[in-house]
Amino acid sequence: MNIQVNRRSLLAGAGALSVSVVLPGGKARAAVFGADKRPPLIPQNLSSYVSINADGSAVCYWGKMDMGQGTDLGSAQMVAEELDLPIERVAILQGDTGTSVNQGGASGSTGIQMGGTALASAAAEARFQLVQMGSKHLNIPADQLRTENGAVISKADAAKKVTYGELIGGRWFDTQLEWNNQIGNALFVKGAGTRKPVAEHKVIGTSPLRRDVPPKVTGSGDFVVDIKVPGMVHARVIRPPVAGASPVSVDEGSVKDIPGVQIVREQAFLAVVAPREYDVVKAARQLKVTWSDVKPPFPGNAKIYDHIRAAPVLMKGGDKPVGDVEAAFRNAAKVIEATYEWPFQSHASMGPACAVVELKGNGEAVLYTGSQKPHFTAEGAAAMLGLPKDKVRGIWVPGPGCYGRNDAGDAAADAGLIAKLTGKSVRLIYSRADATGWDPKGPASVHKARAAIDKDGNVTAWDFGSKGFSRLDVNSNESAPHDNLAGQMTGVALKPTHIFNTPEESYGFANKRKTWETIPPLLDRASPLRGAHLRDPLGPQIHFASESFIDEAAFATNTDPVAFRMKHLKEPRDLAVVKAAADKAGWQPRTAARKQQTGDVARGQGVAYAQRNGTRVAVVAEVEVNVRSGKVWARKVTVAHDCGIIINPKQLTMTIEGNIAQSLSRCLHEEVKFNDKNVTSVDWETYPILDMVEAPESVEIVLINMPNIAPSGAGEGTMRPFAAAVANAIYDATGVRIRQAPFTPERVKAGFV
Amino acid sequence: MEGDAPVCRKRRDPVAKIDLNVDGKAHVIDADPAMPLLYALRDDLGLKNPRFGCGLAQCGACTVLVDGVPMRSCVMPVESMTGRKVTTLAGIQKDGKPHKVQQAFIDEQVPQCGYCLNGWVMTSVALLESNPQPTDAQIREALTGLKCRCGTHISMLRAVKRAAQA
Ligand code: FES
Ligand code: FES
Repeated sequence: MNIQVNRRSLLAGAGALSVSVVLPGGKARAAVFGADKRPPLIPQNLSSYVSINADGSAVCYWGKMDMGQGTDLGSAQMVAEELDLPIERVAILQGDTGTSVNQGGASGSTGIQMGGTALASAAAEARFQLVQMGSKHLNIPADQLRTENGAVISKADAAKKVTYGELIGGRWFDTQLEWNNQIGNALFVKGAGTRKPVAEHKVIGTSPLRRDVPPKVTGSGDFVVDIKVPGMVHARVIRPPVAGASPVSVDEGSVKDIPGVQIVREQAFLAVVAPREYDVVKAARQLKVTWSDVKPPFPGNAKIYDHIRAAPVLMKGGDKPVGDVEAAFRNAAKVIEATYEWPFQSHASMGPACAVVELKGNGEAVLYTGSQKPHFTAEGAAAMLGLPKDKVRGIWVPGPGCYGRNDAGDAAADAGLIAKLTGKSVRLIYSRADATGWDPKGPASVHKARAAIDKDGNVTAWDFGSKGFSRLDVNSNESAPHDNLAGQMTGVALKPTHIFNTPEESYGFANKRKTWETIPPLLDRASPLRGAHLRDPLGPQIHFASESFIDEAAFATNTDPVAFRMKHLKEPRDLAVVKAAADKAGWQPRTAARKQQTGDVARGQGVAYAQRNGTRVAVVAEVEVNVRSGKVWARKVTVAHDCGIIINPKQLTMTIEGNIAQSLSRCLHEEVKFNDKNVTSVDWETYPILDMVEAPESVEIVLINMPNIAPSGAGEGTMRPFAAAVANAIYDATGVRIRQAPFTPERVKAGFV
Repeated sequence: MEGDAPVCRKRRDPVAKIDLNVDGKAHVIDADPAMPLLYALRDDLGLKNPRFGCGLAQCGACTVLVDGVPMRSCVMPVESMTGRKVTTLAGIQKDGKPHKVQQAFIDEQVPQCGYCLNGWVMTSVALLESNPQPTDAQIREALTGLKCRCGTHISMLRAVKRAAQA
């Protein structure tokens, strides 16, 4: 290829970019490589993942986004590694349908596991292509070239070199990759370039600092709430006081003193808009609405577990059983069993969701969202706008932390509907009550566990069954109206997927069964108690039960809980995390609750472990229980964590720390309260979370690096065993077995009687 | 289903001229005197922070310093700000350099989403002003009531201790 390109066409090509690309400097190229315009943004094109700026730095384009755990940085490190560039010279653009293909957004802790891995594979191909170009440019065979610090260099003579910038800076790769035909998390691409061997890693395994931290800390960065678009109005929604009710009449006179207020109504959907934000706050407060009379739909939180036990089963599932479980139970010398209960929990994101929909006036729109899945969320907004999905660009902007499917996707669809009904660009922000009260919930469940024990005290069978609401009453993929409140409130029928999980572990019991059953959602239309993904969907509830019961089985067989796990776990990596956590924590073996008490304070230590999609985590919690008040303090937490090869140890550590605090919050405090009419947990008083005075005194994290194992996720693994470690520690401290979360003072105290 | 602090219904002038001094700059806005300061900062002055987290004085996302004292701007009527100095997260920097508390939060890589930071940073700034060498217990006590949903509590404690050493 030896084409003359003039500067004008280069400029045109650069102008089409949404990133600033420095134009090539004075150095002439021997040949011109690549394309001057970005090839179509499709998964097969190398240009969809990586480009080289004129100064030789790189930009990668990530169809995921980072929620504050540094997975964007980790993915950029993986790209830098393959491109032989220092990390400072690799920028990453994320979560924008205009610049990246759909890699599924932040989802299932796959940011690095799948998102980063796909980018790294593309980057390996980019490096391969750069070497081919370098070969032509330098007139040296490719196999006699190497890359270093952004240049292709002759192996024999380091003076013979050409930089990436000189080769293709400011232009676009125009070659293709082999694509696995998947979009979303599973998207993977591959070219002729192969990934570097671990021994040559320079960037992976180091801890550069996150780039989003300084602007966040100094207040200069944008959140969704900071986005302003021309001509936009502010909006608030008005949710029914009784779930399932719709507005029968609306008294417009009740808000007529508020300038510019407009009422937006379509079937059960009701909102107000006004030019000034405070005016919509007032209007939402003041508007008089008569709601339809509906039968209160809920059992109330006090009766939720009875409801679950009695509810019809919609779907059953489970893992392939091992051995003959029934026979083992028939022949058992002793059978132990227990039931565990976990409540609905809320995302309760730090700020209520916000979405901005900008109408471009030409049949196109832009959605600014903090949702974890902007590619899908933009489709959700497009559906409500009545626009084809390719006419709505979704741009992710940081929002309040999102740990699964929070309220962000509903806000985007609501904003789309309001924009359609008003014909105006809209910025919608929920109230605190809209957010905590009406966000999708982590589902409530009950778990029944049984173990058969023979006359010699061996566990011969294990039977674990869960029953609860599906984790997908609404899908995490926010693209369909039936999965969004705006769709559901405007007459689209629900379409829940019935799915539950089983414990993920490697206990080698000879006979083993793990099953689940799901029950119908509580309401056949827009519901504040719809089950959805909340950080490690079902993981905390299932492993609270299964790992508490492992403890019960250990004591029932006169075995120390760590020794029990070491005896029965089969996978070496699982054994390694349990041992590492126990060693680091100074585990003290025991075969009964130690009940160490001084004054009012009982102290105990508990262990639990779980796998999660390749990752293995063991937790040892050391708690103090005030036997007078029932209050639990997790004084010290030790985590041993193996998620394969470690990309950035510092950010991994921070991610695990966040898991610890959020897990602690969920197991000590969090329960969505509701009466027969609606959710009554609507703010931080009625949905309390961890307070600073309750933060652990010390946290020890043991990172186990497995350089030859592909990276798996770290965003959720620690959430799994955490609650059980705390419950097991409470048992060690007090002899009280807590089988219902959260472990509130009342519940703990009730165990003393 | 109320999600915000009570709106003052005793309406005098629906709109009045209000003087504000924010981050060292004087402003005059036309606003409902009962409107919380937060909306003036965000909507009228176009500042990016503080942020709306609850509107109920329960979380701290809207925290600003008023005459050096951390206050929750989501419940402070804008009219009560006349003659007082409001400082936001962006305003505690000196000569374009982060405040030592901000620098410690950066060094410790504290924030995840960062939405909560106004409360924690501003309250820590005020704490270190009044008590430059706080104990662990005093830091926890000073920061009690603030919310961080991402669970960055552990690194925040480290950061405040680091700032106290700086
Ligand atoms: S927004 Fe002011 S305290 Fe929550
Ligand atoms: S960092 Fe997300 S709420 Fe504190």
